[in-house]
Amino acid sequence: MIAVVIVIVVAVLVLAGVVVAFTRTGIGRGSRSRELPGEAPDLTRPPAVPPPTKTPEAAAREAEEIAQLEEALRREAAAPAAPPEAEAPEAEAPEVVLEKPRLRDRLGRTRSALSGYLREMRGHKVDADTWDELEEALLLADVGVATTQRLLDAVRQRVNGSGPDNVVEELRAEVVAVLDGDSDRSFHLTPGEPNVWMFVGVNGVGKTTTIGKLAAQETAQGHRVLLAAADTFRAAAAEQLALWAERTGGEIVRGQEGADPGSVVFDAMSAAASRGADLVLVDTAGRLHTKVNLMEELKKLRRIVDRTEGALKEVLLVIDASTGQNGLVQAREFADAVDVTGIVLTKLDGTAKGGIVLAIQHELGLPVKAVGVGEGVGDLVAFDPVEFADALFND
Amino acid sequence: MFDALSDRFEGIFSRLRSRGRLSEADIDEIAREIRRALLEADVNVRVVKDFIARVKARAVDADLSKSLSPAQQVIKIVHEELVQTLGGEAGKITMSSKPPTVVMLAGLQGSGKTTAAAKLARLLKSQGLQPLLVGADLQRPAAVEQLRVLAQRVEVPFYSEASDPVSVALGAIEEAARLGRNVVIVDTAGRLQIDTELMDELRRIEQAVKPQNTLLVVDAMTGQEAVNVAEAFNQTVGLDGVVLTKIDGDARGGAALSVKEVVGKPILFAGTGENVEDFEPFYPDRMASRILGMGDMLTLIEKAEEAFDDEQKAKAERIVLEGEFTLEDFLEQMQQVKKMGSLQSLIGMMPGLPKEVRKAQIDDREIGKIEAIIRSMTLEERRNPTVVNGSRRTRIARGSGTNTSDVNQLLKQFKQVQQMMRGFGGGKKGKKGKRPRLSDLRALQQMEGMPELPSGGPRS
Repeated sequence: MIAVVIVIVVAVLVLAGVVVAFTRTGIGRGSRSRELPGEAPDLTRPPAVPPPTKTPEAAAREAEEIAQLEEALRREAAAPAAPPEAEAPEAEAPEVVLEKPRLRDRLGRTRSALSGYLREMRGHKVDADTWDELEEALLLADVGVATTQRLLDAVRQRVNGSGPDNVVEELRAEVVAVLDGDSDRSFHLTPGEPNVWMFVGVNGVGKTTTIGKLAAQETAQGHRVLLAAADTFRAAAAEQLALWAERTGGEIVRGQEGADPGSVVFDAMSAAASRGADLVLVDTAGRLHTKVNLMEELKKLRRIVDRTEGALKEVLLVIDASTGQNGLVQAREFADAVDVTGIVLTKLDGTAKGGIVLAIQHELGLPVKAVGVGEGVGDLVAFDPVEFADALFND
Repeated sequence: MFDALSDRFEGIFSRLRSRGRLSEADIDEIAREIRRALLEADVNVRVVKDFIARVKARAVDADLSKSLSPAQQVIKIVHEELVQTLGGEAGKITMSSKPPTVVMLAGLQGSGKTTAAAKLARLLKSQGLQPLLVGADLQRPAAVEQLRVLAQRVEVPFYSEASDPVSVALGAIEEAARLGRNVVIVDTAGRLQIDTELMDELRRIEQAVKPQNTLLVVDAMTGQEAVNVAEAFNQTVGLDGVVLTKIDGDARGGAALSVKEVVGKPILFAGTGENVEDFEPFYPDRMASRILGMGDMLTLIEKAEEAFDDEQKAKAERIVLEGEFTLEDFLEQMQQVKKMGSLQSLIGMMPGLPKEVRKAQIDDREIGKIEAIIRSMTLEERRNPTVVNGSRRTRIARGSGTNTSDVNQLLKQFKQVQQMMRGFGGGKKGKKGKRPRLSDLRALQQMEGMPELPSGGPRS
């Protein structure tokens, strides 16, 4: 191990020497620090602002939402065996309470890459072409070369000469087996104590939107939700989250743009404690997993939440369904940094299949816990391995 | 993380050497390996097929058997073909003869349109143009606000209105005339290519303002889907170019190839970071190396440029040229290297490292251990490690919380490094030191425990 470190350090040294010797013209650009240009780091950050004072319209909307919420709570109370008990272990499966669209219904639009092949395959013998076609279909779904080979090898061993229908059945079963593995796909929440769910991921995957949807779901279940706008980097990220807070009637703690995200998280934790919020949803800035300083910042955010022992129930990595093989690298790096508990797979309402989650589940054991299927508030559904596999294989 | 293509080729070509010429089967096997490499880089399956066919044709024509290094020869062909495919006039937008020139950015949600719009505005402004930024994404909450803030940051006027995207775009043209702006950059809402309603809206914006530059914004991390996206947007609004975003990550970016093949128009710009100035013309050769997993030397060099200040760079140069390298220097080097990122990520960018190094799971804490050992040495010991005897060893081990075998290992290996460094410099005074070459890194293989280095990719 020492040898490896020495090699790298020396290699970089040689590189630096070479760079100077050859390219005095300077290929490099300026620093890539994340500070705003021309602004000194703000050491006297004003405290996170309290929730914005409500405009009359917002108040009216809120009143309406409260009415809806109360209605929802009444329905819930009317249902037998529903009253929430202090010792109720976890949040019940969401679909019990909310009438949510199922993954299957929402994937209706998804054109199955396999369907074409499957139709052609019917009535034909299983030959080399069959396997090539199956391989191509899996690759097109972003399953990846290694996982595709593993899946097909497993199926090849099992079918051994049976018809094409059976091959597809076996493949489907294999996909479900990879995804299942007794995974815990619930979002953990213990009533009566502070609960925090943190959302992490690269830029543009849909963290803020996912939080907005979850805030709505959890509020409808009678939880008092507080949003922590710890993405202080992206312009107007806090505004975006504030609009969601307004829509869902949740509270928000935010800092100024460029403020220290750690202080926002800290303020959110204290605000949750003093206001008696059950659930804090922490929105973090999108960051590429290759940026060491930003990953360090993320670890720091986690440590701040961890000061309230046992509060951090979920660290959710949000992955865009159109992501290719880099998704596995993302998952590995984020898991290493902040111990991810599960995946939220977003934008699955397009034609992207999100096949990379097979590799993520298989190699890292991280289950998909929810799926984003649109921009609307209700467009977040529970993940179901069978339905997911069907979306890959149905014709 | 990825086996470099060259490693896999080695096996194929070592058989070739014993036989003397490439058989049909050899070429097929090579093609399979290239295919795998491209697929791992997220190039679309169908695009890979066409690409392989082209490479195969070229490889058969090339007289590989006479080549000294057929493996490198083949990689060179693949690389050239990639550069050629990815190439095109980059870094420029098409100017309209009648101002204002209109640029419209379109793409999926989260691909980076809003950020790209602001970055493009900044770039054009620096080139002496007068851009106007237009927020026509009325879909995503606070998207308009985001662009407004970014516009302020890049000091470019901003226009939007709370109506509908078509009216916003039309209003922007009038606003540009009023303000005397000659480029209008329209940021549109992210949309799925199968959302007929929103795609229709995009077409209406396009028909209303007739952009000279309809640019598709694509995330470099996109997988197979890139082809569907490019096809649909191209059909709907007729694309003129592509902006590839988030290439500062470690995705191999095969989507670039897929999109280029489908759209047939150049990749104009690349987003290389989170700050507004991180935007540059697209470099096909860099992307080609990256897709092939041949490391990303240029990124590494950039990182080194950032981590080393001028004095440190001069020192690094002196060390390399003169070949004098002490533990003191080594300690200092490690501080710079730490600034460049995790060792694992640096390895990924460095071509030609032994497979064992590339595959090693490296714990950055290992640096701390080495640091501790060196810091527990006296200045004399750091400059001249030969004075370290048994009792000093024990003291150093105790002082650093390690054991004597760690200390021994470090000293032994450092000695080899010193010898190697002397080899670089030539070390003769008066005579101008031989200029170091990156291929000198091969000397690292002389280190104990280091296997023979495979031949790397083509060196430029």
